[in-house]
Amino acid sequence: MTTTASSSPGVVEQAVTYLNDPLSWTGPGGILELGREHLLLTASAVLIATVVALPVGAWLGHGRRGGGVTVWLTNASRAVPTLGIILLLATAGLFGDGATVVAAAVFALPVLLVNTYEGVRGADPSARDAAIGLGMPGRQVLTRVELPLATALVAAGLRTAVVQVSATVPLAALAGGGGLGQIIALGMGTQRYGQVLAGGVLVAALALVLDGVFAVVQRLVTPAPLRAAARR
Amino acid sequence: MVTAVATAADNPWFSWSYVTDNADVLWARTTEHALLTIEAVAIAAVIAVPLGLLASRVRWLAGPLLGTAAVVYTVPSLALFAILAPIMGIGRQPVLLGLVLYALLVILRNTVTGLDGVDPAAVDAARGVGHGPLQVLARVRLPNALPSIVAGLRLATVTTVALVTVGVVVGYGGLGQLMFQGFRNNFYRAEILTATIACVLLALVLDLVLWAAGRALTPWLRGRSA
Repeated sequence: MTTTASSSPGVVEQAVTYLNDPLSWTGPGGILELGREHLLLTASAVLIATVVALPVGAWLGHGRRGGGVTVWLTNASRAVPTLGIILLLATAGLFGDGATVVAAAVFALPVLLVNTYEGVRGADPSARDAAIGLGMPGRQVLTRVELPLATALVAAGLRTAVVQVSATVPLAALAGGGGLGQIIALGMGTQRYGQVLAGGVLVAALALVLDGVFAVVQRLVTPAPLRAAARR
Repeated sequence: MVTAVATAADNPWFSWSYVTDNADVLWARTTEHALLTIEAVAIAAVIAVPLGLLASRVRWLAGPLLGTAAVVYTVPSLALFAILAPIMGIGRQPVLLGLVLYALLVILRNTVTGLDGVDPAAVDAARGVGHGPLQVLARVRLPNALPSIVAGLRLATVTTVALVTVGVVVGYGGLGQLMFQGFRNNFYRAEILTATIACVLLALVLDLVLWAAGRALTPWLRGRSA
């Protein structure tokens, strides 16, 4: 607390003023445009991560192989500082929205992969045996028995991935990327701390809203008997 | 930005001369990074473990406590630091508070899970031989929950090491300072990559220390699979 900024009493006021100004919301570079961009970047990154992680996780879980690697990958990805990777990508010439999406997708991949893998592998063995006993080929066992039983965990993974990506996207703003993080980066650069506070509130609010929306989605797509399994 | 375009030859991804020439700065930032991490996890543990004990005794508290911690955990780190810094001032304090808030959820959740998983028969047996509530806690419940608590501390430590770097946005990011400095200093790749590697190594070392400590504290589990 020794470092309290001299302007701290006015900071909250400045943030409120910024958020109340219609000009901050509309127009080019306004909150609405940046928010739309933020959502678009988040959706693209999650989509890419899902397209890669879902088939790979399902295939690995179906064959019950690679469990050690997926878990190791998830744990190792926690230790890697996202900011460092984003900055390194930028120095490689990968700037802007494309690089943001790639970096965010890479960091969302492990959670989707491990949840799909665990979900498919953890499908009730007696259900799997019954399907095999009925003469279902391996592909059908996966698509008609194991994957439906894995919905709860896959949906939980998707929710985590969405929230995580929406938190990674603003980091890219420090390297010139788009989205709501720009408000924070710009405010820091110009020492307008009221704007920094407002940007922080906006990014936090978006993450919480996305988490809430996907909590509902998760509940809707999870069959009632599987709901207990999703609470982890 | 135009001047930043450099060929791979004059801007290598990694160079030992950078490491040796800047050993003192690297060491200073790594120490700063490590101390901030340790302090944050220690404070979080001192708060979260007793809260976990409370939540496992007073059941109705568990939901609201874990729920509140989960909401805080959902707030992106950049946003949390951006909210705390203008109010608390730029520097170490807002970063420390943010890190503590994030570590809280992980440790709290693992403490509650660990205590809930203690074999009721073991608790009954302890009561049967005349242990009071405090003795049951100190001799049976806590030791049995220890592996789960240590797992929580390890996870909290590894994620905290990575999160510290985001503190650069409010002027205190440990190794993150070097990353950002390298980025602004004509895309000095060696500086960014070295700081990133140092960060991963620090997470591994701290994780290993906690793993060893957990092993030393639970001698009865040795010989079983980890």
